[in-house]
Amino acid sequence: MSAIDYAPSPDTGGPAQPLLIVRDLQKYFPVRGGILGRAQGRVQAVDGVNFEVKKGETLGIVGESGCGKSTTAKLLIGLTEKDRGEIIFDGKALGRELPLKDLRRGVQMVFQDSYATLNPRLTILDSVAFGARVQGLPNPESLARSMMDRVGLDPDRFAHRYPHELSGGQRQRVNIARALAMSPRLVVLDEAVSALDKSVEAQVLNLLSDLREEFGLTYIFISHDLNVVRYISDRILVMYLGEVVEVAPVDAIWERQAHPYTRSLFSAMPSMDPDNRTEEPPLAGDPPNPINPPAGCRFHTRCRHASGVCKTTVPTLAGLPLNAAHRVACHLHDATSGHPEAGQGVPA
Amino acid sequence: MTDLLDIRNLSIRFKGKRTVHAINDVSLSMKQGETLALLGESGSGKSVTLKALLGLLPPKRTEIKGAVHVNGTDVLSLSGKALQRYRGGEVSMVFQEPALALDPVYTVGHQIAEAVMRHKGLSKADAMSIALDMLDRVRIPSANRRLHNYPHELSGGMRQRVMIALALACRPRLLLADEPTTALDATVQVQILLLLRELQKEFGMGVIFVTHDIGVAVEISERVAVMYAGQIVEEGTTREIIRDGRHPYTQGLLAANLHDVARGERLTAIPGAPPALETRPEACSFAPRCPYAVAACRADLPPVICPSERRRVACLRAEAPMAAE
Repeated sequence: MSAIDYAPSPDTGGPAQPLLIVRDLQKYFPVRGGILGRAQGRVQAVDGVNFEVKKGETLGIVGESGCGKSTTAKLLIGLTEKDRGEIIFDGKALGRELPLKDLRRGVQMVFQDSYATLNPRLTILDSVAFGARVQGLPNPESLARSMMDRVGLDPDRFAHRYPHELSGGQRQRVNIARALAMSPRLVVLDEAVSALDKSVEAQVLNLLSDLREEFGLTYIFISHDLNVVRYISDRILVMYLGEVVEVAPVDAIWERQAHPYTRSLFSAMPSMDPDNRTEEPPLAGDPPNPINPPAGCRFHTRCRHASGVCKTTVPTLAGLPLNAAHRVACHLHDATSGHPEAGQGVPA
Repeated sequence: MTDLLDIRNLSIRFKGKRTVHAINDVSLSMKQGETLALLGESGSGKSVTLKALLGLLPPKRTEIKGAVHVNGTDVLSLSGKALQRYRGGEVSMVFQEPALALDPVYTVGHQIAEAVMRHKGLSKADAMSIALDMLDRVRIPSANRRLHNYPHELSGGMRQRVMIALALACRPRLLLADEPTTALDATVQVQILLLLRELQKEFGMGVIFVTHDIGVAVEISERVAVMYAGQIVEEGTTREIIRDGRHPYTQGLLAANLHDVARGERLTAIPGAPPALETRPEACSFAPRCPYAVAACRADLPPVICPSERRRVACLRAEAPMAAE
């Protein structure tokens, strides 16, 4: 099989320009009910999210269900229309400067459910070649074959099979091949390995690392599994009820979780030590309903450090004094916030 | 005292368009009050084993061989009224998806009370007060109000607590839990695991906890049995499995857990995929994926080696320390 003709869209802004800038991204979903089907509330799925992804880096996004990670992913590739905010891909804002069709060449996505995201009536080859055909790329079929070969699926054996004839791990390889057939520069992986068995998960993670190196890819890796996110990411972004609460380089956050929510999330990880099992649940109760999120800091209802100011004032995301790259939205870290324990950091 | 659970040479075959040898010669025993994690990947036969314990497999399409005794009762011979008394009375089950396992048109209090009335023959009022007590025991806040809620009015973690209350309402001797925390968030998962651990101590029942997550198994269980391709390939205390996993599959699972793996380091993945189980295994099922496999592994079923009491490994090379590569 010949070398893959990987032709991503040209780099316009140079290495210093972030590949993706997200500014004040917001998405509310109306909740309809009653006889007339009027909107009775809004799920505040993503509310004022800001972040950047540098060229060649992998950003991990973690958080519990309902925190807005998947909605963010869908907004990024234009699968869901945003209410407000900007998505700037390599210097061009999605919209007038960058039509959706061009964005899709640059940004591709791999979803969690490998079966639901493949058309059951298309052969594997047709599925992988589909995007390239739509975009009018030359030789979509031979491109698809070489990409299948690259992800470890023998094209002679698999090209004419259908999705139901493949195992979960193989289907996820098809999804990866399909995403890469467009020669994207950014790949959004939304829980892409979560449904796989552990032994297969490791194979796919190895493949993703290899592909990143070979094609110079940038990843946004969404997962609820902190160990997986740590393994693959350079930076980690933590979301809670539609907001970013902490973002930091992976080593910094592993060393010290600045937000009380992040700390709870980390202590909820299984200890893997039979002599040192978890004895205290880090948090009580479930995450609140995103239809009516708590005022002020959204985490204050479950936070053991909450004080008066947390109930009224929304904390802003700001760098820590010792490490400006470690940003956190918590009154405990803002000496001027008026929180009684402010400036001391989060007590252990 | 009789063993709580005694499974002898259990084999289960599903017939139909395609034959599947789901369980192949599984033997397993549990003492009273023990907590055992059944660890394995999808298709390894964990859930089928649980269903066999409750007599939930469709009789027409299933061929079961071997013997299953719970507290001395021969489970496979039960039918009719006796089976009804046994299910939910002696042994009960918590499922992965509480939203699917609970009935959407009855309040949770009604559902718990119904089970209590059936098994204990109590009046509705008495059964309701037991239901209330159970909701309290699974630490549901303002249980009095929650008693009259429908399942859709509760969050995922709450629903799983209700599921546990329902399963324990008739004080079974054995609780089967089929991935009860897989659908839950990490912070809620820990709460449920700790709750199950406390309730196990309080009620003194035995627990079989099915999971694919080795980390969860460590948190909940004293003993672990690792399943692969419908067989138990290794069994021992949780400590022995974590610290001294002898079967190459167990070692592969431990490595794939990513706990303490350095960033960017290449992962030691188990190559390939589990076998299809269309024929009865006649050699080691793991041999095609095993880095240590020798000709003998592909020729015959592996011997079961017992390094110590209640510890076993189904691997030819388990006795001699394995050389890497």
